[in-house]
Formats: sequence, C-alpha cells, structure tokens
Amino acid sequence: MAVELDDLTEAERKALAQCRHAVLGTERPLRLDCGVDLGPYRVAYQTYGTLNADKSNAVLICHALTLDQFVAEQHPVTGKEGWWESLVGPGKVIDPAHYFVICVNVLGGCMGTTGPLAREPASGAPWNLRFPVVTVGDMVRAQAALLDHLGIPDLFCVIGGSMGGMQVLEWAASYPARVFSAVPIACAARHSAQNIAFHEVGRQAIMADPDWRGGDYRLHQTAPARGLAVARMTAHITYLSEQALQRKFGRALQDRNALGFGFDADFQVESYLRYQGSSFVDRFDANSYLYITRAMDYFDLAGAHGGVLANAFRGTPTRYCLMSFTSDWLFPTRESREIVHALNAAAANVSFVEVESDKGHDAFLLEEPEMFRTLAGFLKGAGTVRGLKDVP
Amino acid sequence: MNAAIRVDLQLIADMVSPATRALDVGCGDGSLLAYLVDFKRVDARGMELSQAGVNACVANGLSVIQGDADADLRDYPDDAFDYVILSQTLQATREPREVLRQMLRVGKRAIVSFPNFAHWQVRLRLVFGGRMPETPSLPFKWYDTPNIHLCSIDDFRALCRDMGVRIERAIVLDRASRPINLPPLLANLLGEQAVFMLRRD
Repeated sequence: MAVELDDLTEAERKALAQCRHAVLGTERPLRLDCGVDLGPYRVAYQTYGTLNADKSNAVLICHALTLDQFVAEQHPVTGKEGWWESLVGPGKVIDPAHYFVICVNVLGGCMGTTGPLAREPASGAPWNLRFPVVTVGDMVRAQAALLDHLGIPDLFCVIGGSMGGMQVLEWAASYPARVFSAVPIACAARHSAQNIAFHEVGRQAIMADPDWRGGDYRLHQTAPARGLAVARMTAHITYLSEQALQRKFGRALQDRNALGFGFDADFQVESYLRYQGSSFVDRFDANSYLYITRAMDYFDLAGAHGGVLANAFRGTPTRYCLMSFTSDWLFPTRESREIVHALNAAAANVSFVEVESDKGHDAFLLEEPEMFRTLAGFLKGAGTVRGLKDVP
Repeated sequence: MNAAIRVDLQLIADMVSPATRALDVGCGDGSLLAYLVDFKRVDARGMELSQAGVNACVANGLSVIQGDADADLRDYPDDAFDYVILSQTLQATREPREVLRQMLRVGKRAIVSFPNFAHWQVRLRLVFGGRMPETPSLPFKWYDTPNIHLCSIDDFRALCRDMGVRIERAIVLDRASRPINLPPLLANLLGEQAVFMLRRD
C-alpha cells in the first residue's frame, strides 16, 4: 500500500524510502491496552537476510526508546552507522547469511510507524496528543500482526536491550509458542520509580517549552527543540556510569584554559551533553518521546499477571538468555536477577550473564566482547536444538 | 565435543538416564553439563557461583545462571528436575542439610559427591602431624578453604538416615578416582571421595 507522502516529516520520508512498511489493521483494528481500536496503522520495518524454506531462522530485534529499525546500515536521517552494526551484519554474531533479521519501528515511534505524528483515520487531523497512549504490549501486538502479515509463524529468537528487552519479555510472555528463544538485555520486568521519575523530568522539560504548544507544534510550524534537548540530556546521564563520565571528562575544560565565570559550557561534560541534546532533536519527535517513555513507565509484567512475575512464564517452552552490566544503574543487575528468579520458579530454560563493564546502561550498544561471546554461544546452542542448518 | 571428563564426573554422568532433566549445582566450567547434553540428550541446566564460570558456560551454548546452592535452589518449583547434581560442593555450603532437602524437593533424585574427611591420610595428618589436613582432594590452607562443612562418608550416611532419605547408590572412590568395593568401615577409611544417589523415601 502506498504511503501518503504529504503528511510525513522529512525524517519519516527518508526512513520509509530506505525500509519496508506494511499497513495493518484495516480489516481488524488493533485493540490497544487503553481500550482504543487503532486502525489502519502503518508499521515501518527493516529486514536483513532471507527467510529459509521452513521459516525457522527469523530473528526479531526490538529497539530501545530512541532507536529504530535501522539496525545494521547507515541511518537515513543521521548518516551514522546502524545502532547494532557491531552485532548484526556479515561475519558478525547475528549474520544475515544465516538469519532473517527483522526490526520494527515501535508503535508511537517517529521513523515511519504510526505514532502521534500520524493523522487520525476518522477525522484526517493530526493525532498529536490525541494519539492513544500505547504500551509495550501494544508495540508487541503490532509486531505480531506484522509477522502474521509476512507469514512468519514463529521466531527463532527475539532480542533487545533496555525497552527492547521489555518487548522481548512481553513477546515471550504473550506469545510463548512463537518465541523459540529470547534474549532480554539490560532491562527489567517493570519500570522502577526512579526510572519513571527521570522520564517525568524529560516529559516536563518538553511540555514546559513554549514551542511545544500543547503538542500541536507542527500546526504552528515550531518544535520544542530546547525542551526535547533537555529531556535527552537528562536521559543521557542515566545511560552512562559515574566512572565513565569521570574517565571521559573529569573536570576538563572545554576550549579554554580557565573557568569562564559565566554559564557557557565551561566543562567538557556540559559541552558533550549539549551536543547530545541538540543532535537528538534533529532525529527525534518530541511527542513520540512522550508516548514511548510513557509506554516504558507503564510496563509491569508482574502486575499484568496477578502480581507474580513467575505467572508470566508458567509452562514457557522458550529458552532464555538474560544479560546485565555491572555499572548499569538504570537497569541494574538485580532487576535481571528478579526475572531469572521468576523464570526459575517456572522451571524455564534460562541462562544469565552479568557482564563486567564500566560503560553503564549504554554498554549494551557498545563493543562488549563478553556480551558478544555470550550471545554467540547462546544462539549456537539454541540453533542446534532448533535444528538450524548452516549456522556456525 | 570433548568426550573426556573427570572420572568422578563420568561416574555421575553414568548415573543419569538419557533424555531426562538435570540441574547441576556448582557446574564449574560446564564439562559435566556439556557431556550430559551432547552424549545423553539431557535437558541440562547449570548454576555456578563464579561469574567467570557462568559466562564461559553460556558462551559454550550451555544454560547456566549465576547462583549458589544455599540461596537459589528455593526458587525452583517441586519436581522441576529428574536429577539435581551437586559435585564436590556440599562441603562448601552454609547449610548442607537444607541444601540436600531442597535438592530432593526440586529433583526426584539427588546426586552428591564429596571428599571423605575420614580418609586415612586426613586422619594421619591431623592425629600425627597435628596440622589441618591438606590432601589432593582437600588442597586448601585452613584459613582460605571454602570447605566449611566437611564430613566423612559415615557422617553423610547418618545424615541421610536422619533425614529419611533413601540411598539408591553409593560409590566410594580411591585416590585415582577408581571405584572401590569395601565394607563400610574400610570404605570410610580408604575412600578419598564418594558419590551418592539419593531419593526421597
């Protein structure tokens, strides 16, 4: 189905020109957790490799809060390399020569999948803040609908970090028969009070920006760039460890030999954060940021299963491999361990590795040999049981 | 695939029926696990205290989590496994009796191996040397040993009696890890280690 190019932002246009998309929910809308029926809706996704004859080699990668479907290629908007190119690609741990890799821009996103940027089908008016609040469960159901559309019965592996990990858990809990193996990395079964608090700071920064205009900034041809930049700066601190910040910047000064006695970016760390903030607004939509952070806040897998996390996994046939990083304070190891306890209580097949790293939460996106080795071994073991041929 | 594993581990592996479910508590580098998976089609999982050990196991495609016998066995539901294996680790647990109870709750059978503290060399060193024993199976100094609950083969039998646990098999090994067939009194003197297969009575 053709995309209505007129409505799209520049970023969406570039994204959709470089990836695949499907329009779903035309016959049967997607029933969202909030009760709203959404449809039709567009799902933008990217694939690498080919689906084998018995459709047993599909690997779904779930992306984190501000990432997207461009896992292993130059990004159409930023021009930067794919966010998991170190892991996915020829000769890498997830090699498209062996696996059919799929990554879907999440519902509520701003890289081509329907979100607050889209127009409400009934009225034709932009959704903006009238877009229904979506959940991680909704994101996963939209992905499942895409797999139905593509004729893929089940997944060899679902893998993702941070919010991607939440989607992995949701996948395994909601569609156990469709998930042969699951790799939730640096995540939690529920968003903690501290994490909700940080998200709220980010949202308030966006909404306090006069250019936000109650979410209707596009109508006014403005954008809450300062608010979104502050939101990103705050969030970015939570992605790093104190040691990493200290090691990278210390108290080093930016382009000067002495303190400026003013409020310019005297310190390198300030300059770095300002850059992170300002480059983010070029590629991300402020309303999308509100919706996706909300989806993470609402995530509580135990809550959805009578308060007992193990109930989410009863009788699960899925093989699990969890990973966390020692210096990650946003999703600390104890959160992963809680999931492991619940999986044990369900007698699930589970592996758990804590990777030594001083790079904080961001470690899951970086060159971490221990993570790569773990994943390679896990996929190999799972592939043997799955009967995947030609997998190294 | 490497078929050669330590003799005592081979003995344990031989006790496990093919195509069953097993949990190896304190699985170390995963050699027993790998053997069970590769040669006996066992759905085998591991638990290991050292993170380095866990990471090595998982990188080899084994299902292993970081955890310890004292704390983490209680997570598992009743009868989750056909066998729960504890090799050369019981003496390092804080509450061996509780660990045994948990093993037999989680597993239909428990396989336990441990060094025999009543081995003649141990007795000699303590009685005549007047020093804490150091032997090939107990190679640590008194101040840095992880072994806090050492026992003899007869002690272990007594505990099983006390707990109402049925001993299905007991194999006593000499210094070269060869099984020896001796009456209990001699076995407790000449056996360097023992492997027991237990079952709830």
